[in-house]
Amino acid sequence: MPEQRTVTLNMGPQHPSTHGVLRVVVELDGERVVKVTPVVGYLHTGIEKTMESKLYYQALVCTDRMDYLAPMSNNLGYCLAVEKLMDIEVPEKVQWARVCLAELTRIKSHLVWLGTHSIDLGAMSMLLYTFRDRESIIDVYEACGGQRMMTSYIRIGGLAHELPVDFDKKVRRVVKQVNEGLADYENLLTNNEIFINRTRNVAVISAEDAIAWSLSGPMLRGSGVKHDLRKANPYSGYENFDFEIAYGKNGDAYDRYLLRLKEIRQSLRIINQALDGMPEGPYRARVPGVVLPPKEDVLYKMESMIFHFKIITEGFKAPVGSVYQAIESPKGEFGFLITGDGSNRPRRVRVRPPSFINLASLPRLVEGGMFSDVVCAIGSIDIVLGEVDR
Amino acid sequence: MGIEEKIPDSIILTTLDKMVNWSHRRSMWPLGFGLACCAIEMMSTFAPHFDLARYGMEVMRPSPRQADLMIVAGRVSMKMVPVIKTLYEQMPNPKWVLSMGACASCGGVFNNYAVLQGVDRIIPVDVYVPGCPPRPEQLMDGILKLYEKVDKESLKDKREDWGRRVG
Repeated sequence: MPEQRTVTLNMGPQHPSTHGVLRVVVELDGERVVKVTPVVGYLHTGIEKTMESKLYYQALVCTDRMDYLAPMSNNLGYCLAVEKLMDIEVPEKVQWARVCLAELTRIKSHLVWLGTHSIDLGAMSMLLYTFRDRESIIDVYEACGGQRMMTSYIRIGGLAHELPVDFDKKVRRVVKQVNEGLADYENLLTNNEIFINRTRNVAVISAEDAIAWSLSGPMLRGSGVKHDLRKANPYSGYENFDFEIAYGKNGDAYDRYLLRLKEIRQSLRIINQALDGMPEGPYRARVPGVVLPPKEDVLYKMESMIFHFKIITEGFKAPVGSVYQAIESPKGEFGFLITGDGSNRPRRVRVRPPSFINLASLPRLVEGGMFSDVVCAIGSIDIVLGEVDR
Repeated sequence: MGIEEKIPDSIILTTLDKMVNWSHRRSMWPLGFGLACCAIEMMSTFAPHFDLARYGMEVMRPSPRQADLMIVAGRVSMKMVPVIKTLYEQMPNPKWVLSMGACASCGGVFNNYAVLQGVDRIIPVDVYVPGCPPRPEQLMDGILKLYEKVDKESLKDKREDWGRRVG
């Protein structure tokens, strides 16, 4: 009996298909995968530690740089957590605008995922289409926050500025363009034989396993579990919107692809409702000493000017206690645990990163399968290393 | 009334420096290597809206052995330092480095234990592009600045320069 031998192969951290700087050590027996070990930490930035040394509103800037494909979702999660800690009620208009922006972010994140995932599987032209449509969303970002990606537009207690004057027009243009784009993607991929062969029955995870591994987001719903925090535990006024939870059946990479396309459609639906019903009102809550007063008041009223100065220089003091607030980010359950100690800086900020926990299921997805499916599995988990390593 | 009047049209006169620089500049292949947020803006630069292919740079090489330009796009963590050094050493001469974004240039907002405060502490950088992340236009401007720099290079200086840079 000859001795059984395996080959150990190193993928990454510089590899075009690992979506950043992930390193995967693969043990192979011929073409079969025996063992897979994801090695993370190549983008460890110490974001949680940095946030402890910042004032509450300064720490917001760090959240953009975590899941850099969906910066506004991160802003939203952090702001909701701090608002829960400080017990701040935001105006209705802010809630609706936040929902609209969060859904735009979801589309943006899914578009990048679609482009990069298809490149991994050999459909090189998809990235060109998805980035074309992504640019239109970035235009909205730029009009709102003045930056293309890291806008930090959603702030504690409201928004950074008033919504731009042509916000409605710009977003409707996005909706139209993404709607047309979706037809392109479906034409290119949904019935594409090569794409189906590469993704169907690949990287399968059953519903029980998905729950046991505490997966969330498309990874969980792809296996047929109807769990979406927007419905299960509504935040920021999601209970006012009419939409369906997209879910798959088989839990393979193809189902997750279909599911994400469905999610884009549902997001478009939510955006349309948000635009139609956008209420009038202020863009920031009025909480003296915590939320910046409106700029016109700062110029003409003494107390407002003092509060403005005090908030900018020394921030605000949060009460002692811990809060946990999770949102449904494009990748899954994105939660913040913030502990306040009575000072103006958080004692501890802990992030529940969806892609890190989803990535942990990689060995489960690919062990026993073919080597070429590893790339497909990594792609279909939809990881972003900034959030995995933080 | 010099010798150039006598030579036929099919002959071009130039200096060796100019010709070498021209060929370096016209076929600069970047290493397909992204680290963090800036990598997404780098992808946008290559995507249709901004289209870096206009400068003959659409071929991203996944292997450092085929690349001339390393775009350090994103924050460099301490764990990444040896990897970046190895990648740089694997690139054949002549090679250039463009540091994209605040984090790669000076650490950016992350002044802490985990992030290298500027990639120029481990490898020589030719052009710094500021921004967090820089707009695609800024990256293009940085690349054009690099082209200007390449145009001014001379083979004579390079001989000494390469000796210093390797290793």
